[in-house]
Amino acid sequence: MAKYLVLIYEDEASWTGAGPEDFDRTYKEHTAFGENNAAALLGGDALHPTSTATSIRKDSSGDFLVTDGPFVETKEVICDYYLIEAADLDEAIAVGKQVPAPYGGVEVRPVQIFE
Amino acid sequence: MTPAVAAAVADAHRREWAFVLAATVRVTRDLDLAEECVQDAYAKALTTWGTRGVPASPGAWLTTVAKNRALDLLRRDATMRRSLPLLLDDRIETASDETDETGGHEVADDRLRLIFTCCHPAIAPQARVALTLRLLCGLTTAEVARAFLVSEPTMAARITRAKKKIAAARIPYRLPPAEALPARIDAVLTVVHLLFTTGHTAPAGDSLVRRDLVELSLDLARMLRTLLPDDADVAGLLALILLTDARSATRVARDGRLLPLAEQDRSSWDRTAIGEGVPLVQEALRRRPPGRFVLMAAIAAVHSEAPTWDATDWSEVVALYDLLVRIWPSPVVALNRAVAVGFAAGPVRGLAELDALAAEPQLAGYGYLAASRADFLRRLGRTAEARTAYEEALLLTENALERDFLAERLARLGD
Repeated sequence: MAKYLVLIYEDEASWTGAGPEDFDRTYKEHTAFGENNAAALLGGDALHPTSTATSIRKDSSGDFLVTDGPFVETKEVICDYYLIEAADLDEAIAVGKQVPAPYGGVEVRPVQIFE
Repeated sequence: MTPAVAAAVADAHRREWAFVLAATVRVTRDLDLAEECVQDAYAKALTTWGTRGVPASPGAWLTTVAKNRALDLLRRDATMRRSLPLLLDDRIETASDETDETGGHEVADDRLRLIFTCCHPAIAPQARVALTLRLLCGLTTAEVARAFLVSEPTMAARITRAKKKIAAARIPYRLPPAEALPARIDAVLTVVHLLFTTGHTAPAGDSLVRRDLVELSLDLARMLRTLLPDDADVAGLLALILLTDARSATRVARDGRLLPLAEQDRSSWDRTAIGEGVPLVQEALRRRPPGRFVLMAAIAAVHSEAPTWDATDWSEVVALYDLLVRIWPSPVVALNRAVAVGFAAGPVRGLAELDALAAEPQLAGYGYLAASRADFLRRLGRTAEARTAYEEALLLTENALERDFLAERLARLGD
């Protein structure tokens, strides 16, 4: 078995404009996803908006440069994630297809294991 | 080493490479190591076959030598190899019954696993073609680079990246489950078809056809036909390649001019290839609904069976394009359909169909749209407009023979 991080990329602006019924529906979808994939799920959470993110880089002189905002400015940003376990990429993609992402999609990344 | 031995090894390289590599990957579960062992086996064949003669079954001999080499290296480097991510193979992981895996079908050939791994949807389309040429056809990176007119370091990076992804993301070395099979086969056929079209009309350069690429695509299509004999789309693609390639010798005149279908000497078409292709189309069409390769092959078959250009059943061609556009709504297909309409119902109708496609962004840089418009305008005697269209087509065409053809048509408008 291998671990994959399923990153949910969505358009934050769409979520800002979403109503309670949208949140409610998506919450239910995530609950159903969790129940249907309980065996594969190792963890996962929703994240606060990228306006709360802080990025830390080292500048050329080796000092930390701490900036407000996400690491990369894009329309679709990481909003939530799941950590899953799957035998191979086909299985991980099958799980990824079930992840609710009404305003975007998901990226499936294999997790490196150091032994 | 005698020329006979060299020829036998070259022949085994072409016929057996995929078989030997696919079987060796099962032992190594690492593509690079498997390639290395298979290369060693071919090198060994050059010397051993010279002294002991060519074995009765070269493929089996090469597979045994490559597998033994792999086991040897694996034993020697046991510790190092353990740290590498290995390809997944169901039979090793779970020792599951072979018949279960294929849904009760016949035992699968390892080459199929290799093809589905190379053409996995999680690999970039360009890399799928490159991997297929490298692993299934046994081309060197330099040869793959030349086939696609990119530099060798660029191609090497592309292949390395794809192989790393296969290992790290654990793209499995196995047959897709039955429900995913049609989509996965389509990805494989797309790779083989791209290889064929690239060879059939080279995108640039002095020769119209890249014979090497056409041969490779034909070999792959035949291999797929052997491995998936019941698949209608596989039969369709093989037929399409055979029927289109059957006309290749007549596409260029003795003086080097490009000859359109209307002017080709039909008596010189390859009747053997047509005789093989037409029954494949008939077989594939029995399966409903027909897929895109089957329909394209059926269109090619209409041309193959027409005794003359004037006797072409254009209404049949248009009917097949109507079906094709419905399942494959590509602007290029729509363009071909528009041209067929022009021959079935006259240049006025054809031109109207072409002009309806003028706004398609995908056709903006496509020389065939301007060339087709130019041809219909010429037939209608609208010389000034035809001239503009030929000039536009010339700007968008990079194949030397196609350019000469357009330039000659343009020159003939003058008088």
